[in-house]
Amino acid sequence: MAPSQDAAGGVRPAAVTARGWGWRHAGRAKPAVHALDLDIRPGERVLLLGPSGAGKSTLLHALAGVLGDINDDGEAGDADESGSLLVDGAPPRERRGRSGLMQQDPETQVVLSRVGDDVAFGAENLAVPRDAIWARVHEALADVGLSHLPLDHPTSALSGGQKQRLALAGILAMRPGLILLDEPTANLDPDGVLEVRDAVARCLDKTGATLVVVEHRVSVWKDLVDRIVVLQPGSASDPAVLLDGPPDRVLGEARAMLTAAGVWVPGYVPATRRRSGIPAAVTGNLLLAAEDLAVSRERPRRKGFRKIPPVPVQEGVAAQVRAGQALAVTGPNGAGKSTFALTLAGLLEPVSGKVSAAVDLSRGAGIDPYAWKAEQLISRVGTVFQEPEHQFVTGKVLDELLFGPRHLGRGEDRVEELLERLRLTQLVDANPYTLSGGEKRRLSVATVLAASPQVLVLDEPTFGQDANTWAELASFLSELLDAGTAVVSVTHDAEFTRALGGAELRMAATEPVAP
Amino acid sequence: MRQQLTLDGNRALLARANPLSKFAAVVLITAVLALSIDWVSASVALVFELILFPLAGLTVSLLWQRGWPLILAAAIGGWSTSILAPDSGRILLDAGIWTMSEGSLQLGIGFLLRGFAIALPAVLLMSCTDPTDLADALAQKARLPHRFVLGTLAAMRLVGLMAEEWQTIGMARRARGVGSRGNVVQRVKATLGQSFGLLVQAIRRASRLAVTMEARGFGGGQRTWARESTFSVLDLWVVGGGVLIAGCALGAALAAGRWNMVWLGS
Repeated sequence: MAPSQDAAGGVRPAAVTARGWGWRHAGRAKPAVHALDLDIRPGERVLLLGPSGAGKSTLLHALAGVLGDINDDGEAGDADESGSLLVDGAPPRERRGRSGLMQQDPETQVVLSRVGDDVAFGAENLAVPRDAIWARVHEALADVGLSHLPLDHPTSALSGGQKQRLALAGILAMRPGLILLDEPTANLDPDGVLEVRDAVARCLDKTGATLVVVEHRVSVWKDLVDRIVVLQPGSASDPAVLLDGPPDRVLGEARAMLTAAGVWVPGYVPATRRRSGIPAAVTGNLLLAAEDLAVSRERPRRKGFRKIPPVPVQEGVAAQVRAGQALAVTGPNGAGKSTFALTLAGLLEPVSGKVSAAVDLSRGAGIDPYAWKAEQLISRVGTVFQEPEHQFVTGKVLDELLFGPRHLGRGEDRVEELLERLRLTQLVDANPYTLSGGEKRRLSVATVLAASPQVLVLDEPTFGQDANTWAELASFLSELLDAGTAVVSVTHDAEFTRALGGAELRMAATEPVAP
Repeated sequence: MRQQLTLDGNRALLARANPLSKFAAVVLITAVLALSIDWVSASVALVFELILFPLAGLTVSLLWQRGWPLILAAAIGGWSTSILAPDSGRILLDAGIWTMSEGSLQLGIGFLLRGFAIALPAVLLMSCTDPTDLADALAQKARLPHRFVLGTLAAMRLVGLMAEEWQTIGMARRARGVGSRGNVVQRVKATLGQSFGLLVQAIRRASRLAVTMEARGFGGGQRTWARESTFSVLDLWVVGGGVLIAGCALGAALAAGRWNMVWLGS
């Protein structure tokens, strides 16, 4: 029987002890975590908070025994470790299977292509006997609410929330005493967030395992945890743990500090700039219109000489985009919101129906945005993708911003202003890929705006963002709206929609969404 | 693309055979066909293969979807052989530097049939073999190192994801003003840039996946297998079938006096 099980076949919760523990990543001057003292008792449920750069993810990876830069001899390469970090009295690396880690990106939490195999993977690695593995797989799938899926169901057909629940099942099948969640719901829509949170709650109630979760959105986890630990960025003079205690006390004492650090404290909606109420001269002018539009990401297939159009994810969509007005595209997952927005933005070809640019927008470039050349497109419609990294085309922040204007043969005065306004001035020489999540988001918005488009399309701009970036973004967009830019945002974020105002285009699910 | 990495619920007879025995049968047939460029052995093998198609759950349209590059390559190979090979016998077509004679046409047809006959077993194998089952068989039966086999398997799942990501990055770059339309130089430049973007994403994904796998205890010495890779009577039939097809092809070519070893010249 595996060492993590007690005689009853259940789970023995793990204890965590850190004494003066610190970690510096290879090639970095400052330690990610410095002088951490922390005790977590078996069965405790801890929410880790702190500003970005406080080393929350580093700590979680260390507890999972997967902290990087370890060579084949088991030594840390150029990285520096100090003090001690123990799980059940031993270094985490020597406690394989005692902990299970879930990360943010659902796609990389799935290992194998069939549901049953994926759940079994961890148990196989821990050398659990075959019969016991399948018993564990069935139990784990039931615990996370996925038992209705056949074992050979393809994992690629799951939604984001389902993928994260599947990952949880894979972790549970290892019977770990310590469950580590690194922003497990940051990439999920509101339904997915609750799905995952509730599955975690059920499993903890059943197994009694210790939990350490890192998450910006406190309200999601507050009622589930019995302790909040606030970390601060590593420095020689201050301890790593800033605050530690029961949720209500910590949130009461540190509310101001946490909101300043961009943490989503329950009941807190950051203040954003209000619309001025003074319309720009162009406000209300029609820029883009969609009529009876059917959309799909698939291209038409060819069968012999016939062209077979793809099955649209959404059809019969009508919308109007007007200068100085916001349009929020909302609806459940899989309703084709992003696909619609990309089609509207001239990046995808409509399956049927049409997108047409009004004279104010087309300015001689023709009526169909999809037919525009790339240079014609960016000075008319700018699109900010959900993943900022997809849009980086150079190796330096400044070059990123200059890229659009140079392409268009325009002056660079707008770049200065955007750098200033989106707080990127200090970062002009940095590599875009090395920025923090919030900085990447600000940069991706700035780069698209550098080409001065009249219509700005944003795909889930607030996903995974901290409260500070959120507020900056909302305020900045309201300024743009006042100046006459049209803003179309695909979003699940009701507060964000409210902050921008304007019309809402609600899309219904086109097929029944699996529970 | 992503669906093609699984079998879409293929319940055909051959899908239940062990991947290793199917692999052995394919190697046998291909080896015999690779030795000679006559049309008799290729036709015999091809006839058998076409009969086997339904057993692998394949239809003609599925075959085309999955194997068109191979089929096209065989056709082009056959065509160019028939016009470029040394002429012998009556001249059938004369278009300046291109001539087709009875001898070269025969060679070309032999080449075409052989191309088909070699390509089809591979398509057959892939369409009735789940990658996960193949990995199980390679690690458990062929005793290949499991770290390598499972690492490759997990990476293959990412390949499907990358195909979707390629499309997204293409759109994201167009939204930055990098056109994938225009003249050849512009297109090549755009494609290179897009490839770099994809590479960065692939490395990020791969390293996150590696962390996921390590956190699930992957990489230790001992491991068990939830799915046992087994041989059954069916596998005897599969290997026996392979021997039979290879043998018939060889025998027919010898009997017809057409056996023509590649390296001995024609």
